[in-house]
Amino acid sequence: MGFTGLFLISFLVVHCYVNALIFFNDGGVKFTEAAHFMGTNPVVRILEIGLTVGIFAHIIQGLLLTFENRAKRPIGYAKTPGNKSSKWYSRSMGLLGTLILLFFVLHWYHFWIPNRASQFMGNGEIDAYAKMKLVFSKPWVVIVYILGCISLSFHLMHGFWSAFQTVGLSTKKYKKIINGMGMAFAVIVPLIFILMPLSFYMGWLA
Amino acid sequence: MNLTLKVWRQQNAQAQGGFETYQVKDISSEMSFLEMFDVLNEQLINEGKEPITFDHDCREGICGACSMHINGQPHGPWHQTTTCQLHMRAYKDGDTIVVEPWRAKAFPVIKDLMVDRRAFDRIIQAGGYISVDTGNAQDANNLPVDKHKADESFAAAACIGCGACVAACKNSSAMLFLSAKVSHLALLPQGDVERKTRVVNMVEQMDKEGFGSCTNTQACEAECPKGISVQNIRRLNAEYIRSVFSGGE
Repeated sequence: MGFTGLFLISFLVVHCYVNALIFFNDGGVKFTEAAHFMGTNPVVRILEIGLTVGIFAHIIQGLLLTFENRAKRPIGYAKTPGNKSSKWYSRSMGLLGTLILLFFVLHWYHFWIPNRASQFMGNGEIDAYAKMKLVFSKPWVVIVYILGCISLSFHLMHGFWSAFQTVGLSTKKYKKIINGMGMAFAVIVPLIFILMPLSFYMGWLA
Repeated sequence: MNLTLKVWRQQNAQAQGGFETYQVKDISSEMSFLEMFDVLNEQLINEGKEPITFDHDCREGICGACSMHINGQPHGPWHQTTTCQLHMRAYKDGDTIVVEPWRAKAFPVIKDLMVDRRAFDRIIQAGGYISVDTGNAQDANNLPVDKHKADESFAAAACIGCGACVAACKNSSAMLFLSAKVSHLALLPQGDVERKTRVVNMVEQMDKEGFGSCTNTQACEAECPKGISVQNIRRLNAEYIRSVFSGGE
């Protein structure tokens, strides 16, 4: 979980950077340029295969882990400690991951699948900026995206540090720094993502 | 003080257990939790009922035998305190206390509040030792040990193997226990020789015993009566990865 998690975190950085280019408010010129690079560069295309494998490995491993671990306590406690000894989001990674996956299905349906399908059919890339404008005009879509990003935020609050711990890097000296970075990452990145559908819906972007 | 106790009773490993409710009266706030159970058991014997079975030995907080899950927490509400060192001043008159055995597939109930923790012994047997020639003990200063490492090793060796980490973990994982044992030896020159095989063999045995895996919720550290740090789990992970990538068994 740790290795795939770290890989997916690195992807989030790139995804967030490229999409944040819309905030130049230049009608999507800079963003389209970067999206074109990401959509056509052969190295990025090969990395995308790695990303697809990584994300499914993370999902399958996560689901197996959740169900296997649940079976290790056939009779539960009548009284549980609640949040006394651990954070609720640390204990709910399976649930948060499932919510993120449900959001991803909608997200892929909106952007990734139409784009690749169009390229495959020989029609080139779609105009992602125009597509964003269209998709984010519906209030329910914007709400689902915001909820998806909040789930991602809590998932990262535990996942960022946890990944470093699993691969053995969260040493005594660096634990606080890694945890702090993780918390900042978990708040800032999803917040930037939330601003995207929100900005289109509120008409803040041309 | 007068208290209501809801205690898990189970005749044997196969039997279906359930909660029984008992009343205890005139409990002194200076009693330990186990002494309160002694009072309850005497009361049960006088009534011609079977006393409650529970593990205890030193009653000094150092042997790791006591193992009650009290009101949702292993060893009760006090931080870094075993059940035997928990005292009744933690409660007030009229409280209801729910007492359960450790719950884990790898720790089956033997009777009432007593569980079978021999899985821990088998994990130790798989590698939690050093192989040395017998004979006279060496002079203490023959093997220089870094002070910081000696301190960390000692902190890890404080683990009493009570199983509170497994009881507290939502995955019933034994990673804190195992990591304490691995760290304790991996940090010292005496443990260096078998370092690579030890970690792999002990992890393999832990998985065989039916413990869950670690998802880093850190509930173990919060509930450990000896304050064993999850930093040991990080070290265990690093030791394991290093062993596997460097071709250790």
